[in-house]
Amino acid sequence: MKTAKTATQNACKLCNPLGACLAFRGIEECVPFLHGSQGCATYIRRYLISHFKEPVDIASSNFNEDTAVFGGSHNLKLGLKNVTQQYRPKVIGLATTCLSETIGDDVDMILKDYVRLFDEGEPLPNGEPLPLMIHASTPSYQGSHIDGFHAAMRATVAKLAEAGPKKNLLNLFPNMVSPADLRYMKEVLKDFAIPYVLLPDYSETLDGGPWAEYHRIPKGGTPVNAIRETGMAAASVEFTSTLAADKSPAGFLEQEFGVPRYTMAMPIGIKQSDAFFGLLEKLSETPLPEKYEDERRRLVDAYADGHKYIFGKKAIVYGEEDLVVAMTAFLSEIGIDPVLCASGGKSGRLKKRLLELIPGLEEKGGKIRDGVDFVDIEDEAKVLKPDLLIGNSKGYTMSRKNGIPFIRIGFPIHDRFGGQRLHHLGYRGTQELFDRIVNTVIEQRQSSSPIGYTYM
Amino acid sequence: MEKIGILEGRQRQIYEKKGEETAFDIKCETTSLSGSVSQRACVFCGSRVVLYPVADALHVVHGPIGCAAYTWDIRGAVSSGPELHRLSFSTDLKEMDVIYGGEKKLYRSLLELIDQYQPKAAFIYSTCIIGLIGDDIDAVCKKVSQEKGIPVLPVHSEGFKGTKKDGYKAACDSLMKLVGTGSTEGIGKYSINILGEFNLAGEAWIIRNYYEQMGIEVVSTMTGDGRIDDIRRSHGASLNIVQCSGSMVRLAKQMEEKYGIPYLRVSYFGIEDMSKALYDVARHFSDNPAIMEAAKKLVSREVGELYPQLQQFRRELAGKKAAIYVGGAFKAFSLIKALASVDMKVVLAGSQTGNKDDYNGLKEMCDEGTVIVDDSNPVELSKFVLEKEADLLIGGVKERPIAYKLGIGFCDHNHERKIPLAGFEGMYNFIREVYNSVMSPVWQFAPRKGGLSS
Repeated sequence: MKTAKTATQNACKLCNPLGACLAFRGIEECVPFLHGSQGCATYIRRYLISHFKEPVDIASSNFNEDTAVFGGSHNLKLGLKNVTQQYRPKVIGLATTCLSETIGDDVDMILKDYVRLFDEGEPLPNGEPLPLMIHASTPSYQGSHIDGFHAAMRATVAKLAEAGPKKNLLNLFPNMVSPADLRYMKEVLKDFAIPYVLLPDYSETLDGGPWAEYHRIPKGGTPVNAIRETGMAAASVEFTSTLAADKSPAGFLEQEFGVPRYTMAMPIGIKQSDAFFGLLEKLSETPLPEKYEDERRRLVDAYADGHKYIFGKKAIVYGEEDLVVAMTAFLSEIGIDPVLCASGGKSGRLKKRLLELIPGLEEKGGKIRDGVDFVDIEDEAKVLKPDLLIGNSKGYTMSRKNGIPFIRIGFPIHDRFGGQRLHHLGYRGTQELFDRIVNTVIEQRQSSSPIGYTYM
Repeated sequence: MEKIGILEGRQRQIYEKKGEETAFDIKCETTSLSGSVSQRACVFCGSRVVLYPVADALHVVHGPIGCAAYTWDIRGAVSSGPELHRLSFSTDLKEMDVIYGGEKKLYRSLLELIDQYQPKAAFIYSTCIIGLIGDDIDAVCKKVSQEKGIPVLPVHSEGFKGTKKDGYKAACDSLMKLVGTGSTEGIGKYSINILGEFNLAGEAWIIRNYYEQMGIEVVSTMTGDGRIDDIRRSHGASLNIVQCSGSMVRLAKQMEEKYGIPYLRVSYFGIEDMSKALYDVARHFSDNPAIMEAAKKLVSREVGELYPQLQQFRRELAGKKAAIYVGGAFKAFSLIKALASVDMKVVLAGSQTGNKDDYNGLKEMCDEGTVIVDDSNPVELSKFVLEKEADLLIGGVKERPIAYKLGIGFCDHNHERKIPLAGFEGMYNFIREVYNSVMSPVWQFAPRKGGLSS
C-alpha cells in the first residue's frame, strides 16, 4: 500500500537532544543538562536506560509557563546551581531543546552571566570550582539524534581544545557505537601503542560494574585534560561517511588547529576494517599486531565456512546513515544483497557515499532512501520481500508482522538483553555480526524444515 | 559513605516519621525544582499515558519528533481488538514549520491519517512549542472533524504548562467531550464504568471479569482496552469506579456533575483492596442482594486459593524491607498493604504526584522510621534505600537501574509490566515477582553484601 505521507509514522529516528545527552555521558565527571521541559530529560533518560540498563541522570531546567514567557535564564541558573550542588560535576554538558530554542534564549549569554555572578563573589554551591559548561545547540526540529551526538562533541572540542606543540597523539571520534565497541577501540589503540583521545567514551559510564553507594556520576569517560590536548594531536580519525566537516568535531580541530581529519566509513566488514587498521599502521608506523592478524584470519576463515548459507539473501538495513553505509558495505562483501538501505536521517549524502563504496549497488537492485519512517520501510518490504531485516529494536513489529528474520544492531535495543555489549566494529565486531547473521539464517532454515535437521 | 545533602528547596518534600512530635506539613503538588533530576515527566506525558490505551483512536503528536518517538508503543496496555494506539504519529515539525506555523501540516496529516487508518476518533496532542508558535489546533481539529465526520479532539498538553497532573486534566477534558455523545439504549441498572484502569498486561480484563461474575454490566473501561463508542455511551452507566486516583477522578467528578453518576475510589492491588473494590460496588447496588452474594462467593473462592500460596512466600519474605516510589500515591497505599500480607515492612514510601491527603494517609499507615518523599530523584532514592537497608525497590523503568546497581531487588509496578499485578491472580504474580527478585542468589556478589564494587 502506497501512502500519502505528510505525518511521520513510527519514526526511524530520535530527537536531537538525545544524541547530545548520550555523547555528554562519555565525558569524565560530566552531567548532561537539558534546557527545556522536565519531560525531555525524563523521556530521554527512560529511553537510554531501556538500552543501557544503567542509571542515566540528566538534569533539566524544568520550564514552566513563566519561563516560557519571560525566558529561561532564571531557571537555567538555578538548575546549574542545584545540579552542581547535588552532583559536583567537573563538566555540565548543556543541550538545548525545541522549547528553549524557539523562545530564543541566548544560552551563551546566560552562561556568561552565571559565571560572572561567582566571579563577583557569590559563594559557590560546594565551595569548589565552577564546573566547565559546554553548550550544544540541539533543537529537536532540526536533524535527528545523530546530529545532537556530533553537535555535542563539536561543542566540547570547541570549548576545550587548546593549541600547542604537536604531540604524538591520535584523536578518535568513533561515532555512536556500543560501549563494547569503544572498549575494543581502546584495546586496538593500546596494542598499536598509539597515545589517543577517544571522544566520547561511555564504555564504562554506560556499561559499568555494581556500586556500594550511588555514584552521582559513574566513573569513566574522556578526561577534560585529554580533550584539551586534541588541538595538539597529530591527526583525527572520524568514523563517518555523511558528517559535514563544519558539523564535525574533527572538522573543527582541522580548521582551528590544523589537525588533519581522516574520515572513513565505520570499520565494519573486512574491507572497511582493513582501511582502518591500515590507517593506524600508517599513522603509527607500526605493523598490524599479530593479535589482529589472527582476528582477521579467523574472520576470513569464517566467511568461507558460512558463505553458502547467506549468499544471495536479500536484506533491508536501516538506522543512522553512517551505520547503514558501513553495514551495507559489509553485507555486500559477504554476498548478501542489500535491497533497501534506509535511514530516518537526512544529511543529503547517504546515496552518494553508498555508491562510492559499493558502485554496483543500485544496478543490483539496492534501493537507497533517506528521511524515511517505518511505514515507508514496511511498504518497501512488502514489495522487496527481504530474507533479513537488520537494524535496531524499532523494526521488531514489522519483522514480526511480515515474518522477516531480524538481526538487532545499533541503538536502541530494548527487546533483547545485552545491546550495550554487542560488537560492531573491526574484525572482532564483524566476526560477531557475521556469526549472528549466519545463525539467523540457519535458525530460520532449521525451524521451517519439516525434518528438523540436527546438523546444519 | 559520603554524605549526600538534600537540595535547598527540597527539604520540605521529605519527611521521616519519628514519633508524634514532628509536625507533618509536606510540600507537594508543586513543579519540580530546576536541576534536581526529577523522576517526573511533563504535562504531555500525563495526557499521553491516560489516553494512550484507547485502541481505536488515532493519536497524533503535534510537534517535533521526540515526543512521539519516545512514546511509541511505550506501555503494555493491551487491546482485544484494534491496535491503532501502538502506532506512533507525529507532524515531525521542522524549522520552517516552527517559523511559519504547523497548522497546515497538521491539517494535511490528519486528513491522510484518517483516510488511511479509519479511526473512530482522533486525539491531537500539543507539545511544548505549539503553545509558543500559536497554532490554533482547536480550529484545525474542528475543521477536520467536520470534514471527516469523526470526533477530532485537541489535547492541550504543552509540556511546560504545569506538571504531569495537568496532563491528566487535559486528557480528562478531551474524554469528557466524547462522553454523552452516544446512545445509552440497552444499558441496564446494574452497570459501571471502570476508570483509571489501563489494561496493562490485561489487568482490565481480570477486573471486568470479576464484576461480570457479580452480574454487573461494564459499559466502558477508561482507558484500558478502550473504545471510542463505549466512551461515548458511558454516561449511561449507574456508577463510576475509579482507580489511579490522580489521573481520572476529574472525569468522574465531571460525570457526576453533568450526569449525576456517583463514583467510588478503588484499588485492585492486594487482597484487601481488591476485595473492597468488589464489596463497595456490591454495597452500592444493595437493592440487589444477589450481587453481594456473588461478590462474597468470588472473594472467598479467590482468597481461598491464593492464601495458601502466599504463605509459602511469606515464610521467606517476612521481615524483608521494601522501598516504594511510584507515580500516584494511591497505589502506594495498596502496595504497603499487599506487602504487609507477607510481613514485609515498608521503609520508604514516595510518589511523583501525591497530594497532602495522600501523604497524610501514608504517614498514618507507615511504621516509625519510614521516609515519605514527594517528587524524588536518584540521589535521594539511593541514599534512602541504602540507609534504610531496603531489600526491594518498587518503581518504574527509571528506578530499576538504581536498585540493580546497588544490589537490591526490584519490581516494576509501572507501565512496562508484562505480567498482570492487579486482582487476586495479580497479587500472586506480584508477590512471586517480589520473591524472585529479593531471593535471587545473584545479590551475594553485590558490594553491599561484601562483593567488589567499581
